[in-house]
Amino acid sequence: MTTPAKIQCRNIWKLYGKKPREFFDSHRGAPDDAALQSHNYIPAVRDATFDVFEGEILVVMGLSGSGKSTLVRCLSRLIEPTHGEVLFDGADLLQATPKQMIDIRRHKMGMVFQHFALLPHRTVIDNIAFPLEVQGVDRDARESKAREIIEVVGLTGREGYYPGELSGGQQQRVGLARSLCIDPEVWFLDEPFSALDPLIRKELQDEFLRLQSLLKRRTIVFITHDFDEAIKLADRIAIMYEGLVVQIGSAEELIMQPATDYVAEFTRDVPRAKLLHVRSIMDAPDPAVSDAVTVSADARVSDVAAQVLTRNQTARVVDAGNQVVGALPPSKLLEVLFA
Amino acid sequence: MLPFVDWVNAAIKFLRKYEFFGAFTFRDITRAISSGIQAPLDFTENLFHKGFDDFAGLGVDIAPVPWLLFVGLAAIYGWRLKGWRLALLGGGCFFYLALFSKRGIWELSMQTLAAISVSAPLAGLIGISFGVWAAKSRAVERIVWPLLNVLQSLPHFSYLILVAIFFGVGSKAGVIATVIFAFPPMTRLTLIGLRGISKEIIEAGIMAGCTKWQMLFKVEIPAARPQLMLGVNQIIMQCLAMVVIASFIGQAGLGHDLLTRLQRLAIGQAFEVGVAVVFIAIALDRFSQAIATREPHHISGRALWARHPGLCAAAALLAATVVLSFITPHALTFPQALTISTSNFWDAIVDYITLHFYAPLGIFRDGFLVYVLIPVRTAITSIPWVAIIALVACIGWRLGGWRLALTVAAFVFFIAASGYWVRAMITLYMVVASMTVCALIGIPLGIWASKRDSTTRWVQNLCDTMQTFPSFIYLLPVVMLFQIGDVSAIFAIIIYAAIPITRYTIFGLRNVPQHIIEAAVTSGCTPRQILWKVRMPLAFPEILLGLNQTLMFALFMVMIAGFIGTVDLSQEIFRALTFNDGGKGLVIGLCVAFIGLTADRLLVAWAERRRAALSREE
Repeated sequence: MTTPAKIQCRNIWKLYGKKPREFFDSHRGAPDDAALQSHNYIPAVRDATFDVFEGEILVVMGLSGSGKSTLVRCLSRLIEPTHGEVLFDGADLLQATPKQMIDIRRHKMGMVFQHFALLPHRTVIDNIAFPLEVQGVDRDARESKAREIIEVVGLTGREGYYPGELSGGQQQRVGLARSLCIDPEVWFLDEPFSALDPLIRKELQDEFLRLQSLLKRRTIVFITHDFDEAIKLADRIAIMYEGLVVQIGSAEELIMQPATDYVAEFTRDVPRAKLLHVRSIMDAPDPAVSDAVTVSADARVSDVAAQVLTRNQTARVVDAGNQVVGALPPSKLLEVLFA
Repeated sequence: MLPFVDWVNAAIKFLRKYEFFGAFTFRDITRAISSGIQAPLDFTENLFHKGFDDFAGLGVDIAPVPWLLFVGLAAIYGWRLKGWRLALLGGGCFFYLALFSKRGIWELSMQTLAAISVSAPLAGLIGISFGVWAAKSRAVERIVWPLLNVLQSLPHFSYLILVAIFFGVGSKAGVIATVIFAFPPMTRLTLIGLRGISKEIIEAGIMAGCTKWQMLFKVEIPAARPQLMLGVNQIIMQCLAMVVIASFIGQAGLGHDLLTRLQRLAIGQAFEVGVAVVFIAIALDRFSQAIATREPHHISGRALWARHPGLCAAAALLAATVVLSFITPHALTFPQALTISTSNFWDAIVDYITLHFYAPLGIFRDGFLVYVLIPVRTAITSIPWVAIIALVACIGWRLGGWRLALTVAAFVFFIAASGYWVRAMITLYMVVASMTVCALIGIPLGIWASKRDSTTRWVQNLCDTMQTFPSFIYLLPVVMLFQIGDVSAIFAIIIYAAIPITRYTIFGLRNVPQHIIEAAVTSGCTPRQILWKVRMPLAFPEILLGLNQTLMFALFMVMIAGFIGTVDLSQEIFRALTFNDGGKGLVIGLCVAFIGLTADRLLVAWAERRRAALSREE
């Protein structure tokens, strides 16, 4: 990536137990499984090191108990890591004073929660304007800003309603709007759509992508346990397993070069044809291949499948500059389509 | 024996006499507090029943709240809260006070309400503050929680004496006694409420960038609103329970009237006043519950009338009352000629019972005394104290380990060392006897009631209503039937204390998960088998907790029943009250509290063990 890193995670550890810091230091910063187990410490996050680049959507994917929620809370410092650095625009968040943290959260961070976390005694508009209210923005200014966002998330007409009067999908729209009303630079979403019905979930995923394209491009850390959701939304995916970040990469990289069996297991049932590009499945260029069928290396496999298979002959693969970069035999296609 | 009483009295003397910095004594502080209460109390008394002479120096006299306005406002508020049913109930209850006011019940009620409207907010404020403080600091919680336990199981009379010593007597002292008694449940509920807020809501507050105070006032307290409102309901009910008791130290109002009439054995008149207290209690309970359970709802429409119908109706009513007051004085005070008194009716019932049922009731009473109560009493009082400590410690060890064993043994040892062992055993016998009867009534009643939805609702409503009655009220009917003495006391206790065991039995049985019952049905269980093999074992922890509540209620009532003549600890407390013996009052109070806490610890430990066992099996 060419964009600079917005958040840099350096060796983040989060241990739960009696005296995690002392334990951690006494094991020279690298306790192994046996030590953890024998001293009754639970490692929620282990040695997480990665960057989140400006403007990208990083999806952290893992099953329940894998530490993904803890990790995102370490980034927003809702949870104090046992060890490590979180560099936010180059400055270590973990060294910030409580006052500085309040300031950063008020102006630079937004977060969306799995169970919406709306304040039940406030109307939609008061919930959305809440982050501005605690900053001390006066009523007129914050309400006009909130009304703008209400229109963007499609809740016009519901301003005076209370959360208890809204459906789950509508409540999460309020949650999205609340986290956006301060125009955050970094947007954390902790399983925002997991508590919703499948249809509503899809609707809100689209809404989320629309919001991201519509407004200025934010840096996003999105937590989910749903691999399909991760593929749909992510620029890059980080897979967590038992507190470890086992692999980070684009969906294609995870499928083509899984780092572990665990990742391979996850990616097995993914509809590859819609995801993979010709480039990642093609063979080396073969001079024997005719130019009867030519496909682009950057096309999706599913888009070229019909073209290649109807002619039933190996296709020539060219890049953007029309240079031949590879060959795509029908057998390879069938393998991807019906694997 | 240890001279606890002397120690406490020495401490009291020190606090009364010792001058901090050579300038003021502890009693000066407490007296200053009580004079600080004078101003708000004056205001509410003027508002409700005295009227303002020369209001705010403007040269205008303002009448106290007219009955018409009061009844009307209650109805309007009830309507806004929960529709016409609550409007009818609220308006009706207060109209009753006006209508049946031949003997001045309206004025007395207003006096009582004036005192409550000072003590309830004060108790609420103190209760919330302690609750917030405890919620923010585990160390504070560890100190506050056991204190609340003791405070809540201490009989009222034992700290009435201390209040009288440090705060004097009269309505101010009454307010303070009420506040001390009413705030602990609020603290408890605040703590539970704040601890129960979902973690995500707190995180949302942090991420919005709340400061500590913004967090507390904009996020935590509003999010804990349902529990806090439940606490407000509890406070109001506790204040009403104190109406009669606070009159022992000179609180004016309905309670004082009821007490003097009861002392003169004017049962009919006392009953009439008692009904008024009950009506106020029911109205305030329903209102505060309606406030607690109300879900916020958006307002549609733009006109003032559509947006705030309640306020508009209230303003219209106020205007109408003012206009009417120029036409007829009856708009301000209910026409005396139309008022009714029911005391003759109640007296007639008492006379009728005495005349026709004296002999059978007497036989029943004496038989109960000779064949049930006295043998139990002899049995309990004949057990040596060492044996009881050993027994209690043994049970404690079995149920919760050595820590529990030590705690309960220390409780019992305190009682033995205080020198009130025999009296304490008599108290214990009354509690055990009535608790047994309560269990025999309450559990079958609960089983029966939980069979059908309709009976469940019906019995639950009955329990709810009966629980709103201030405890003193229960003495009236039993005195009507059995005159004064042990049997009367035990019956009053039984009626009062059978409520929680019934409630908990129903709750436990109804809360057995549906899928377990379905599994039992498909296994071919008969209804009887489902009850005894499935539902009862699963409901057992709840029933134990109900029994625990019943015990607390019984202990509570025993103390009040001392008023109608028993020879246990409560009589000693009344004696201490008469002689203003603060040390004795407190030590006896602690004896009672420790009886309660011992049983409470053991029963709760047992219930928790059972519950843990059940969840392991699942």
